Amino acid sequence: MGEFKVHRVRFFDYMPTAIRAMAFNAHTERLALARMDGSVEIFNFTDHYFQEKVIPGKDSRSIESLCWVGGRLFSAGLNGEIAEYDLENLRPKYSLEAYGGPIWTIISNTQGTQLAIGCEDGTVKLFEVLEEHIQFERNLDRQKGRIISLSWHPSGTHIAAGMMDMIRVFDVPTGHAVQRLLVDRGFGGSKSRETVVWSVAFLSDHTVVSGDSAGKVQVWDGHTGTLVKTHLVTKWDVLALSVSKDESSVVAGTSEGTVIQFQFIAPTLHQQQGKEWVRTRTFKNHTHDVRALAEIETAIVSGGMDTHLVVRPLLEKFDEKSHASGLRKIHFPHRNLVSCAKKVGLLLFQFPGQLELWRLGDSDGHGKPGDRLPLERMPEKLLLLKRKGEDHICCSALSSCGGWLAYSTVSCVRIYRLQTDNNNISITKVSKLPKALHSAHQLCFSSDSSKMFAASSQSSVLVIALTQSECKYVHTLKPKSGSRQPIHLMTTSVDGKWLAAANSDCEIHVYNLQKLKLHCIVPVYGSCPSAMGIHPTTNNLTVVHADQQLFEYSIVEKQYTDWSRKLQKQGLHNVWLDRDTPVTHVTFNSKNPNQVVLHDMHMFCIIDQSLPLPDQKTQFYNQMTLRSLSEQERPSHLHAFKICKTFQDLLCVSLLDDQSLVVVERPLLAITSQLPAPVRQKKFAT
Amino acid sequence: MATLFEGFTLCGLLQTPSASDSAIQGIELDGDSDHAVVTDSTRAVTLYKVSDQKPLGSWTVKQGQLLTCPAVFNFQTKEYVVVSDNKVIRVWKEEDLNLDKAFKATVSADVWRVHSAPGGEPVVLFQRGAVRLLDSLLSAPQQPIEDILSEEEKEVIRWSTNIVAEKQHFVLFTTEQRGEHFLYVQRLNPNTLQKYRLEREDSGASPLSFSASLRDKHINLLYLYPNGCVYQSVVAVRGPVGLEGVQALPRSLRLRLPVGEGELGGASAVALDEAHVAVVGMPHPSARTGKDFLCIWNTNFQTLQAGKEMVGRIRGQVWCYLGKLFVPHGKALSVIPYECQKSSLASALGKLRHPGIAVSKSSVAIPSWNTLLHGDQPQGPTKIVDTRKSKLRRKSQSAPALTVDQVLELIKNGPVEEVRREVEALVSRGDAQDLQLSVGRLACHLVARSQVETAFYAPGALARLVQTQCLCHSMCPDLLLLALEHKDYFLCQLCLQLFPDIPEVVTCACLKTFIGVPDGDVEMVSLEPDSVSFMEGLVAAGARGRQQNGFSPPLFEDSCDPHHQPKPPQHQDKKNPTLQLEVCPVGLHKAVLLNEVLQTPYSDNLLVPHLKDLNAPQVILFLQYLQFIYMKYSQDVYTQTPVLRSPTMTQIIDWVCLLLDAHFTVLVMAPNAKGLLSNLQSFVKSQVKLFSELGKIEGSLQELHKMKPSKDISQYSIEVIELF
Repeated sequence: MGEFKVHRVRFFDYMPTAIRAMAFNAHTERLALARMDGSVEIFNFTDHYFQEKVIPGKDSRSIESLCWVGGRLFSAGLNGEIAEYDLENLRPKYSLEAYGGPIWTIISNTQGTQLAIGCEDGTVKLFEVLEEHIQFERNLDRQKGRIISLSWHPSGTHIAAGMMDMIRVFDVPTGHAVQRLLVDRGFGGSKSRETVVWSVAFLSDHTVVSGDSAGKVQVWDGHTGTLVKTHLVTKWDVLALSVSKDESSVVAGTSEGTVIQFQFIAPTLHQQQGKEWVRTRTFKNHTHDVRALAEIETAIVSGGMDTHLVVRPLLEKFDEKSHASGLRKIHFPHRNLVSCAKKVGLLLFQFPGQLELWRLGDSDGHGKPGDRLPLERMPEKLLLLKRKGEDHICCSALSSCGGWLAYSTVSCVRIYRLQTDNNNISITKVSKLPKALHSAHQLCFSSDSSKMFAASSQSSVLVIALTQSECKYVHTLKPKSGSRQPIHLMTTSVDGKWLAAANSDCEIHVYNLQKLKLHCIVPVYGSCPSAMGIHPTTNNLTVVHADQQLFEYSIVEKQYTDWSRKLQKQGLHNVWLDRDTPVTHVTFNSKNPNQVVLHDMHMFCIIDQSLPLPDQKTQFYNQMTLRSLSEQERPSHLHAFKICKTFQDLLCVSLLDDQSLVVVERPLLAITSQLPAPVRQKKFAT
Repeated sequence: MATLFEGFTLCGLLQTPSASDSAIQGIELDGDSDHAVVTDSTRAVTLYKVSDQKPLGSWTVKQGQLLTCPAVFNFQTKEYVVVSDNKVIRVWKEEDLNLDKAFKATVSADVWRVHSAPGGEPVVLFQRGAVRLLDSLLSAPQQPIEDILSEEEKEVIRWSTNIVAEKQHFVLFTTEQRGEHFLYVQRLNPNTLQKYRLEREDSGASPLSFSASLRDKHINLLYLYPNGCVYQSVVAVRGPVGLEGVQALPRSLRLRLPVGEGELGGASAVALDEAHVAVVGMPHPSARTGKDFLCIWNTNFQTLQAGKEMVGRIRGQVWCYLGKLFVPHGKALSVIPYECQKSSLASALGKLRHPGIAVSKSSVAIPSWNTLLHGDQPQGPTKIVDTRKSKLRRKSQSAPALTVDQVLELIKNGPVEEVRREVEALVSRGDAQDLQLSVGRLACHLVARSQVETAFYAPGALARLVQTQCLCHSMCPDLLLLALEHKDYFLCQLCLQLFPDIPEVVTCACLKTFIGVPDGDVEMVSLEPDSVSFMEGLVAAGARGRQQNGFSPPLFEDSCDPHHQPKPPQHQDKKNPTLQLEVCPVGLHKAVLLNEVLQTPYSDNLLVPHLKDLNAPQVILFLQYLQFIYMKYSQDVYTQTPVLRSPTMTQIIDWVCLLLDAHFTVLVMAPNAKGLLSNLQSFVKSQVKLFSELGKIEGSLQELHKMKPSKDISQYSIEVIELF
């Protein structure tokens, strides 16, 4: 296929923030996850753990706890506010001051009619869940000391509250505390420190399970208020607990990064009486605090200070090795944080708080494969643009000529004009923006930079015309399907005629930009598109889905191309389907129309559509084999998927117009090294 | 665990004139799981509802006629089938009242049994070995029946059954011919017959009972001999078809039951599941009198799981259907529900799977802890040598060696010397599988007697038993402590070497005794020569001259110090503590014993609490010793004495750490430990220095790495790659 010059970029200091809270909605199989910066992410567990939605954070917002009520998502945090999220517009719907000081936890009853929050001032406040709002109902008896954790008994009549040094059980109808369970302090020096009950779980047989800062997981009888069993699991804190749906298993996350499973089992087989909570398994997939946990049907989901989400399948629930039975670690967001101006070699990096614009370096030299070329010009950071306001940046775009830059938060959109002549760069903010343009889920420029597209609410797309002096609202493209879901992917054709937009309902709409109307809808596939691109010459739309399926759709003919049909008929190679990170970017080679460039976190792939497709027996990763073969033998071994794993932990791979590749790496080691030190663990005889 | 629940009487029994005949011919299942069809020994067939203990129907043949085969239920046609007077087959339905009016057919040869099982057609087995399907036989009753068994050789059927397995139908029967026993396996459709010869029991006795079951596509035949041995043989369902002639049927010993005095008479064993066997008519090991017990044994662990006394004479009959055992005894037929739970231990060890079948169908090895832990059979080669030796010995002695039970008897009251001799003879004679069973029993009996009679102690016999490597601590937990009590250090050493499972508390007890014992006492004891010579070598090494390979031990601690000022030698001799360390702080044999302790497996969490039992002088002495061997090891003696067993450097360091962990405050307070602690600190320092030196070397080694095209990755680079 040939040689490529690769710009290997490692100066994007992307740093994910720690995971703080988690809530799993068993009904929709969506996991909501809150990070320290106040952002909320929604993962679809039925669709290969795809990160479906991201609600950007805000400086003043802190989330301590998340809670689903039906399909509605609530959060509460140390700023003392309860917020409900608008999952269609990816922003908080409203937030409500609870007047109880910082809020540590929020839960709902099983019926979904009430919310309870635990406040710093020692009150448990009940809120009624209304159609469009929530309303304060009453306080339970106020206690001395903060309420750290809450758990509602499945019947709805009692609430267990974890506090400092104790657990209280409240009778909900009367609001009185009916039980007081004293939690022991730690040993030795920590005797003087109060024990924080970080997490409680109230089971339907009135068993209360608690996890505390003295490293204990304790099982209590909620009727009598007596301690049944103590498991000392760590010298540090037990931070999170989660109960399986059938209440036969409880998992506990600790500061040591371990997740410990307890199961309600009889000591001998075939004996139904005398079951007790027994510590069974220990999983260690984290290096730091495990702050959030969820035990779902077949897996344990955990996250914490070390920022990645781990889905650890419980292997006894699987009969055979399959895609679902593998351990999943989700490190990077499933969307692009890097925009690339292909014509001029500029890179735009998106951080929550700022944007960075870099110019790639240059080299005149030529070398043989494997060589590193001497640098003639070093890469250069041209611009650091800090956002205004409290809201974090949710999307950004750089035009391919490098002349325009835009970003959006939930509250505003900003467009800048960039002018670079040799070494000077000037940036001017476009002052008057059309009123319709107040926020966007996705931004994208047309390839000739004459238009900008902004994804707005209800899957609509605003078309903005850009000229030197002003920017003007042109039209709103609306889908016919009436979907209310946000658009998460947008791409335009090079000839400026087509725009494709994909939303979370898995719909892809193709608009004709000349007629400014909907051209067609790509047949809806069951898995969410994770990346797409329109071919510069053929105007074929290449779509990759979260389940790794790959389609090529001819926009002009409104049907799948022959190549796509052939691929579907033959089936993708199992090795391709077994990859565990989604493809997040699709680009094309303008010089060779047969080549499609895609990448996920662990590899990038150049698909050569002129070559035969690999069948299941073919060696899929064949680059090493091909290298060892002679020129004559090689053609018989070639297949269409050319995969390169030299570069790891990829955030972006793109092909510049000068035929050189840009590879943006963010080594996980570099992320780990920026984390705070983990808790000290005593090794033997130290 | 298995449990026998409270039983109940299903029906009374007729009194038979002779003691050997049973009042019941057979009990068979009906279409209903709660029904049992009981055929008595004369004329009547009775159908019972088991849970209600009441008869639902009864059928009798006329006076003068005799039922010669238990009635069975034809699961396909829902009819009952019985044979009277050997030749008349009668078929009737439940609603028929009179047996005489039922369908009758007279066949041309004597019938042995009619067999029926759910999912298969009934089959008729003739006394001469021929087999017919009932249907085809009834369609032409007078068809000629061939002889399979030879008439003149007096081969007669002793037992038969049938098994239906995955569309295959088998009839199994055993025959006796001049004291030899054979197993016939008749497959139906296509018909093939395979004949196996059962291995002869030494005593020449005939098997008391057979029981066949189907597991994992193999037929397991379980049979009990009067001497209490329960053997199992395995026949593959898809057996070697077309092999002619008689094959030997390999067997494996599953269980050796205690038989008490004499041999078992009317006893019977039936397999309940892969691990449990129910036996009737055997004595209870703890009751000692009478043979009227029903017991459930676990064959994997050789343990008695449940026992129940049956009143009255047991006739060696037991049937097992759907969780219930049917036992005729005295004047009644009792039904005893049972339950066999898979033990947690068995499931933990993966023992639920049948051990032998997948590997070889011929022999089912009795699992031993030794093989479980080490995965090998250490007694393999030694056994061959031993047997050769024992042959010689047997020739020279020309006295018959005693059986295990006789030796056990001897242990109860025999003199030490005789016990030793017989144990040795037994151990060198026995084969590996028997050894596993008998060694533990022998050891336990020996230990038990020693504990009762203080005067009796048989070190030689015990040592011999330990040396078989079939023993482990959990099999005989008192052995090691007994040896300690009797100051039998040689035996202690053997146990420490060979037992893989000594608990930490016992290890500590050994350690405490070894440290506390006066040197003079131990030096007289003969210990294992290999370990002694290792220690001698270690002690002597220092005297051989210290300058080795440019390394000088007295300077060891300071040599790494860059600011080291050479001191005048005479001054150094006085002050340097390492010189004192050249003398071993404990006697030679004591050191050997301590080495054994160092090498026993332990888990540190469990060991530390017990280490606290040591008192301060003991700790200090032990630490001094550890320091001594550490210093010896630091010199390159370590590499010069290749021995099979010697403590490793890590073991020594670990023990030092453990001791310090357990006794740190005591050591800090004790004034005479000060020098020791500072020495220890200095050798930690020297270790740290060593590693820092190694770290420096690592730096230079890494430079070597960099000679290759450097792979360090900076923030940005432009590289060329090639894709094919």
